[in-house]
Amino acid sequence: MAGSGKAHLRPEGETVLRVEDLNVEFPVGHNRTVYAVSGISFDIAAGETLGLVGESGCGKSTTGRAILQLPRPTSGSVKLKQTDLMALDGEAMRATRTDLQMIFQDPISSLNPRRMIGEIVAEPLAVWGPFDEDEQWKIVANMLDAVGIDPGVARYKRPHEFSGGQCQRISIARALVMEPELIICDEPVSALDVSVQAQILNMLEDLKAQYGLTLVFIAHDLAVVKNISDRVAVMYLGKMCEVSESDELYANPAHPYTSLLLGSIPVPDPTADLDDTVMAEGELPSPLAPPSGCRFRTRCPLADEICERVEPQMRRVNDDHYVACHHPLVDADPATEVSLTN
Amino acid sequence: MTVVGSDTERLTRADNAEPLLVVKDLKTHFKIDAGIVKAVDGVSFELERGKTLGIVGESGSGKTVLSRSVMRLNIASNVINTGSIRYDGVELIDKSSKQMQKLWGVEMAMVFQDPMTSLNPVVRVGRQLTEHLRYHLGVGKAESRANAIELLRSVKIPEPESRIDNYPHEMSGGMRQRVCIAIALACGPKMLFADEPTTALDVTVQHQILNLLATQQQDRFMTMIMVTHDLGVVAGRTDEIAVMYAGKVVEKAPTPSLFADMRHPYTQALLWSIPKVSQPKHTRLSAIAGRPPDLINPPSGCSFSPRCPYAQDKCREEEPPLVAASTPGHEFACWYPVGSPENQEAYDRNLAAGVAVTLAAEGRITATEELTSDIIAADLINDVIDISNDEVGN
Ligand SMILES: Nc1ncnc2c1ncn2[C@@H]1O[C@H](COP(=O)(O)OP(=O)(O)OP(=O)(O)O)[C@@H](O)[C@H]1O
Ligand SMILES: Nc1ncnc2c1ncn2[C@@H]1O[C@H](COP(=O)(O)OP(=O)(O)OP(=O)(O)O)[C@@H](O)[C@H]1O
Ligand code: SF4
Ligand code: SF4
Ligand SMILES: [Mg+2]
Ligand SMILES: [Mg+2]
Repeated sequence: MAGSGKAHLRPEGETVLRVEDLNVEFPVGHNRTVYAVSGISFDIAAGETLGLVGESGCGKSTTGRAILQLPRPTSGSVKLKQTDLMALDGEAMRATRTDLQMIFQDPISSLNPRRMIGEIVAEPLAVWGPFDEDEQWKIVANMLDAVGIDPGVARYKRPHEFSGGQCQRISIARALVMEPELIICDEPVSALDVSVQAQILNMLEDLKAQYGLTLVFIAHDLAVVKNISDRVAVMYLGKMCEVSESDELYANPAHPYTSLLLGSIPVPDPTADLDDTVMAEGELPSPLAPPSGCRFRTRCPLADEICERVEPQMRRVNDDHYVACHHPLVDADPATEVSLTN
Repeated sequence: MTVVGSDTERLTRADNAEPLLVVKDLKTHFKIDAGIVKAVDGVSFELERGKTLGIVGESGSGKTVLSRSVMRLNIASNVINTGSIRYDGVELIDKSSKQMQKLWGVEMAMVFQDPMTSLNPVVRVGRQLTEHLRYHLGVGKAESRANAIELLRSVKIPEPESRIDNYPHEMSGGMRQRVCIAIALACGPKMLFADEPTTALDVTVQHQILNLLATQQQDRFMTMIMVTHDLGVVAGRTDEIAVMYAGKVVEKAPTPSLFADMRHPYTQALLWSIPKVSQPKHTRLSAIAGRPPDLINPPSGCSFSPRCPYAQDKCREEEPPLVAASTPGHEFACWYPVGSPENQEAYDRNLAAGVAVTLAAEGRITATEELTSDIIAADLINDVIDISNDEVGN
């Protein structure tokens, strides 16, 4: 099966999570299938933040949820350290979920409105221990304090008594109490005002330094993703286009889609050039019938006959910079070209 | 009854060459059970023909209420509108909805954030467009369909002849927003209000839509008000920017001077708090402490004072008026404006007195405090200090 290549994966011992050839398909009416995620591979090292960006519907959330086996992916492998999550039965997977936590976009609706903050944050502990209530509260209070919420005051309050930013802090505290191996943050700041967004981003960076967190950070805002991520993966229509160390990606985008994304960002600087080329005019194709070959070809100014026929494979352009494109904007590393043809 | 845009009025207008829109001391207050929400509280601005004004500010600062009030869409028994809105030489503040009906669509039109809320989901987009044309322009059925197709083409909808028969849900978000723009443009308005027209859209689609608005504005010589929380969106696409805070304009300037020489601490904080692609990864952001104030009981003096790192006693006692900056058209309301020696002194004084630190920690929930106040992470202490470092670096 045509995957998107794995040249960007690092040796297995160096990573916490390794996802290979991940496919997620959703059967929909009339015997049709949504090809939400198609043959993507990526990995995450301990203490690293991997940013996942791309436009609405490209499969970011599906990828995040697939790591948690929610739902179980159609095919591929998802390895958390030595454990293949795809091979675990339901019960074993539930136990493993304490190592994997998720934070969602809408903080208010992701917290149970009827429960008090003290209980909400203690929820995972109530299931997995420690079971001693004083011990639980000690952990919870510690975590609330770390996210800037006074534990004594918040303990007996309910979510609606807090603002969106405060609720997001509380859900982060809840995700942290189990000391997970990996936290998947799905658009955690997208619903917040810029000032609150900055508070949460700073706090995540601090928590990362303090607890050595490993994060998948999903967002559609490219500036936010760059700010928080060590490495960034760009997705388009269920495929991975480009993976790179963040600064390098933004300085030298190699994939035409990345370049289009970067050219579309409104920059808070009136002297910056506005790119008003028509390149962006196309519409996103349907994930029910993705284009053959390179999925971006219907909007790509560089597309040619080979792009229609052959799916581009991931290859190296630079130190930690990989792209899946037949005609990358940055010269590919000749060494990997050779290894590809082998 | 005078109708705006009647020939005699236009003639008088042409002589005195008044700006298309002159808003003076506009207030919109909502009476609710808890009290009076001062959503817009004394806003004044002028807008010349063909120009674009950007209105920015955090959520709840009054951007939407202001633009709706200028269009006289905020008319209800619990709404108090005062001040003056002169549009094309005619006072609108005392016009009823019925009188305004003649202006809506024809003189002024609005594009909203969520195209789904302004489109009727069970009516084909073509009919939504043609009904509008027939109501306002009185054109016949066949002609209005032809016009509608042309309009869809002008907003770059591919194959408009077949798309005209789509229902909104058969279109992508970007296409739906194009349809909304087509409807807004249908009767050739002189003034277009766009309230977060691209906030719900992807970045490449946002780029397309903003380009579309810009070309349409040029082609039709429209005057535009663009409301957004995104300083990036207004930076490249407006002539002037008004920064709103708690229902007031705290700084207003031609776009280049606003960015080159911002004077209000809130404008500065807004710009510094957003991550930028030009910065290296992991750049620490200067978060703004706390949250916008309660509009029913706003703080005394300067409404930004509880969050401002430069705040002094005077700020908490006296409200700063809008004053002129050195560049023509640039105004700000602050006692200790950014870039002035007084500002540096105020900051140093706060730092020495530990006020900057207290200020940042103040909102944190403590056992004695009521929950209505905000929580601020301890890390904000660092951010306030970051601001001072940048300041010294400049
Ligand atoms: N349960 C489902 N059934 C059918 N299709 C689905 C399902 N979940 C997701 N999809 C489809 O899969 C594709 C990927 O969706 P996903 O939510 O992962 O995108 P995303 O990148 O997270 O987008 P957004 O930025 O809008 O959150 C979309 O086309 C979506 O409509
Ligand atoms: N009909 C109403 N009755 C009472 N209060 C209202 C009403 N409409 C708006 N408000 C209040 O007026 C204030 C300003 O609201 P507005 O919608 O103008 O903010 P905004 O700047 O557009 O924010 P956003 O970025 O979230 O759209 C808010 O506090 C809001 O709750
Ligand atoms: S493979 Fe071809 S179509 Fe795809 S991005 Fe590269 S040049 Fe464009
Ligand atoms: S310095 Fe004073 S007047 Fe100026 S914004 Fe701060 S609090 Fe308001
Ligand atoms: Mg998503
Ligand atoms: Mg609004």
